[in-house]
Amino acid sequence: MSKLPPLTRLTGWGRTAASGASLLPVSTANIARSADMAPQRGALVRGLGRSYGDAAQNGGGLVMRLAGSAGEAMLDEAKHEVTVGGGVSIDDLLRVLVPRGFFVPVTPGTRFVTIGGAIASDIHGKNHHGEGSFGHHVRRISLLLADGSTAELSPTQRSDLFWATIGGMGLTGVVLEATIHVWPIETSRCIVDTTRAHDLDHILTMMEEGDHRYRYAVAWIDLMAKGRHLGRSILSRGDHATADQLTGPALDAPRAYSPRILVSVPPIVPISVVNRLSIKVFNELWFRKAPLYRTAELQTIPQYFHPLDMVGSWNRLYGPAGFVQYQILVPFGEEDALRRVIERLASSGAASFVTVLKRFGAANPAPLSFPAPGWTLTLDIPASTGGLSTMLHQLDHVVLDAGGRHYMAKDSHTTPQAIKRGYPRLAEWQAIRNQADPNGRWQSDLGRRLGLIT
Amino acid sequence: MQNAFGEPQTILLLGGTSDIGLAIVGQLVSPTCRSIVLACRNPDAAKAHVDTLGSDGITVTAVAFDAEAYGTHAELIADVVAKVGDLDVVVMAFGVLGEQSDYDNDPVAAAKAVSINYTGSVSVGIAVAAQLRQQGHGRLVVLSSVAGERVRKTNFVYGSSKAGLDGFAQGLGDALEGTGAKVLIVRPGFVHSAMTHGMKAAPFATTPDKVGEAAVAGLRRGRRTVWAPGILRYVFILLRHVPGPIFRRLPLG
Ligand SMILES: Cc1cc2nc3c(=O)[nH]c(=O)nc-3n(C[C@H](O)[C@H](O)[C@H](O)COP(=O)(O)OP(=O)(O)OC[C@H]3O[C@@H](n4cnc5c(N)ncnc54)[C@H](O)[C@@H]3O)c2cc1C
Ligand SMILES: NC(=O)c1ccc[n+]([C@@H]2O[C@H](COP(=O)([O-])OP(=O)(O)OC[C@H]3O[C@@H](n4cnc5c(N)ncnc54)[C@H](OP(=O)(O)O)[C@@H]3O)[C@@H](O)[C@H]2O)c1
Repeated sequence: MSKLPPLTRLTGWGRTAASGASLLPVSTANIARSADMAPQRGALVRGLGRSYGDAAQNGGGLVMRLAGSAGEAMLDEAKHEVTVGGGVSIDDLLRVLVPRGFFVPVTPGTRFVTIGGAIASDIHGKNHHGEGSFGHHVRRISLLLADGSTAELSPTQRSDLFWATIGGMGLTGVVLEATIHVWPIETSRCIVDTTRAHDLDHILTMMEEGDHRYRYAVAWIDLMAKGRHLGRSILSRGDHATADQLTGPALDAPRAYSPRILVSVPPIVPISVVNRLSIKVFNELWFRKAPLYRTAELQTIPQYFHPLDMVGSWNRLYGPAGFVQYQILVPFGEEDALRRVIERLASSGAASFVTVLKRFGAANPAPLSFPAPGWTLTLDIPASTGGLSTMLHQLDHVVLDAGGRHYMAKDSHTTPQAIKRGYPRLAEWQAIRNQADPNGRWQSDLGRRLGLIT
Repeated sequence: MQNAFGEPQTILLLGGTSDIGLAIVGQLVSPTCRSIVLACRNPDAAKAHVDTLGSDGITVTAVAFDAEAYGTHAELIADVVAKVGDLDVVVMAFGVLGEQSDYDNDPVAAAKAVSINYTGSVSVGIAVAAQLRQQGHGRLVVLSSVAGERVRKTNFVYGSSKAGLDGFAQGLGDALEGTGAKVLIVRPGFVHSAMTHGMKAAPFATTPDKVGEAAVAGLRRGRRTVWAPGILRYVFILLRHVPGPIFRRLPLG
C-alpha cells in the first residue's frame, strides 16, 4: 500500500470553512484501490468543487478527484441517451453533444460541474417546472461501493440504492459511469422572452400563469428594492431555438458551440470587491438594462444558461472571507413565508449579488432530493456581512415552519436539526446508506456537520 | 464542524472556570453549537457555568483536568472526542499569576507556576494539536499575555512562562499550516478577572467580555494573533524596542 499525499486545504465554491484532506487524483481504473487507502476519516469523491459549502470536503480523510474525458462518452442517437464517466464535466459533455444536436437534460447555472456532482446533488435547472431534476433523467448508474465492488443501479434494479445515490451527496459511493437521457436540439441557440415585474405579487402571478408555456423559466429579483418595489424582478423564459427561428449569422453555423472564458480573477484578491455599493450598482444597472418586454431574442447557450462562466474564478472577488449561498424551498401555498423571507432580506440590507427565484415542478422518489413543488429562492451574500448568521438562523425557522428546506449543495451554515425537519425521509436514506456502507467508508465534512452520517 | 461563519458545533474549554475562557465560550454560542465541555481541576466547581451555558440544543459537561497531570492529557482529549465528536474550537485559558515577591523566596512555587502555565500548556496543546491534525480542521485559542511580550521585573516568573507559551503557540500554528487546523494567540493586557482580583489595574485595563469579543472576531477573520485591547499591539511594538536601562526604570507595575 502506498502512502497518502500530505494534507491539502480544501473549500467549496464559497471559500469558507476550509479543512485539510489528502487529495488524490484518480481514474475509474484505479479508484477502488485508492479508496482502500482511506484512513479512519474515510474517503470522498470530489467533482469540480462547485458546491458552495463543505459537501466535497473530508477533513483528515481522503478526497479523490475523479478524472473523466467526454471523448469516451457513448451517444445513442436513436435512444437519446449518453453513457458517460462520473468525472466528466457538463462543459466537456456539451462540446460533444451540442454539435451533434443534443443537450444535457438539466444544466445548472454553471457548466463546470461533473456528472457525478450533478447526480449527487440531484441538480435542477431552469426547466424544473416541466422536466424535473437531473435524477429524473438518469437511466443507469455504475456505483463503486464501500467494499470495492461495483453495483449496477437503475430505477428498476436496486432502486432503493439508485434513489439514495441521487441527491446522496457522494455518501453512498462513487458514480463511475451513468447513462442519462439527452434532449434533441435543432440549433445551439436559445430563443428568449424577457419581461419586467414591478413587485413580488406581479412576478409570482406571472410565473404561476405563464411558466408552463415555456421550457425554461427563471426570475432575477432586485433585493435592493424595498417598500412598494419589493420583489421587482426580471423574468426570463425561453427554449432552444428551432432551425427556422434562426436569423443572421447563426444561419451559417446552426449548431456551432465554442464557449469561452473572457477573463479570470487572479488567485489573490486581498479584500472583497463585492460589497453593498458594488452590488447595488450592479443590480440597478442590470434592472435598467432589461427591457420592459422583449420577445424572441436569440442568445447563445453560454449567454442564456451560463453567463457567470464568462468570468473565471469569480468567487475570488469576495476576498478571503468568502461568501455564502442561501438556497431554500418554500412549498406552494406558503407564499406568505416566501414574502417574509424576501422582506427580511431586503430590509436587512444584506446585499446579494444575484438573487434568483424559480418555480419547481414535481419531485422525484429520491429521499434527499431538494426540489419539490414550490418556490426556490437563491442568494449570494458576502460571509463578512454583519449579523448575517443570526438572520439566516432566523429565516431558517420561517422556511422550516412553512414546510420548506435547504439545498445541501449550497449550504454552509445550517444545522442537523434543520436538515432533519426539512428532509423527513432522512432516516430512510440513512438506513439504505448504512446497509450499503456499514463501516462508514464514505464521509464528508457536510455529512458530519449536518448529521447525515454518524 | 464549524459553519461558514466560523460558528463551532463543539467547544472545549481547558480551564473550565476561567473568567476570560468562559467569556470567549459564551460569545461562541450560537444556534450551531451543540456541545460544550468545561475541563477543570474541580468539575463540581463548574456546576453554575454548566447550568448557565446549557440550553435546549446545547449539552454542557464538566470533566476533570489538571494542567500538571501531563500523563492524563492525551486520554482526556480522546475521551472528550469520544463524547462530542470533532473538536471545532479548543480554548486554552488555564493559568496562575501569583506574586513575584513570593516566587523570589520559593523556587518550588515558581517552578510550579511555570509547570502549569508553560509545561502544562505544551503537554495538553500537543494532545489537542494531534487531534486537530487528525480531523483536518479546528481552532486552538491560546491565552497568552502581553506579560510575555517583554518580560518585566515585577512579574518575570509569570511573564517568562507566557513568553514560552507564546513561542510554543506560534511554532505550533506554523506547524499546522495547511492541515486545515489553526492556532489563534490572544494577548490580553490587564483584565479584571478572578486572577487579578484586588490588584491595581494597569493602563488599558479591559474586561473578560472585551477579550472574548476580540478573540471571536479574530477567529472569524482567520487571524493568527489578536491583542486586547487592540492598541496594546502598538504599545508593545514600542516597549519591545525601549533600551534596557530605560525599560528597567519605567513604572510598569
Ligand atoms: C455558479 C454556480 C451556479 C450553480 N447553479 C446551480 C443550479 O442552477 N442548480 C443546481 O442544482 N445547482 C447549481 N449549482 C450547484 C452545483 O450544481 C452542485 O453543487 C454540483 O453538485 C457541483 O458539482 P461538482 O462536480 O462541482 O461537485 P462537487 O462540488 O465537487 O461535489 C458535490 C457533491 O457531489 C459529490 N460527487 C462528486 N462527484 C461524484 C461522483 N462521481 N460520484 C458520487 N458523488 C460525487 C461530492 O462527494 C459532493 O458531495 C451551481 C453552482 C455554481 C458554482
Ligand atoms: N486576567 C488577566 O489580567 C490576564 C491577562 C493576560 C492573560 N491572562 C491569561 O488568561 C487566562 C485566563 O485567565 P483569567 O483572567 O480568566 O483567570 P482565572 O479566572 O483565574 O482563570 C484561571 C483558570 O486557570 C485554572 N487553573 C489554574 N491552575 C490550574 C491547573 N493546575 N490545572 C487546570 N486548571 C488550572 C483555574 O482553575 P481553578 O478554578 O481550578 O483554579 C481557572 O479556571 C490565563 O492563562 C491567564 O494567564 C489573564
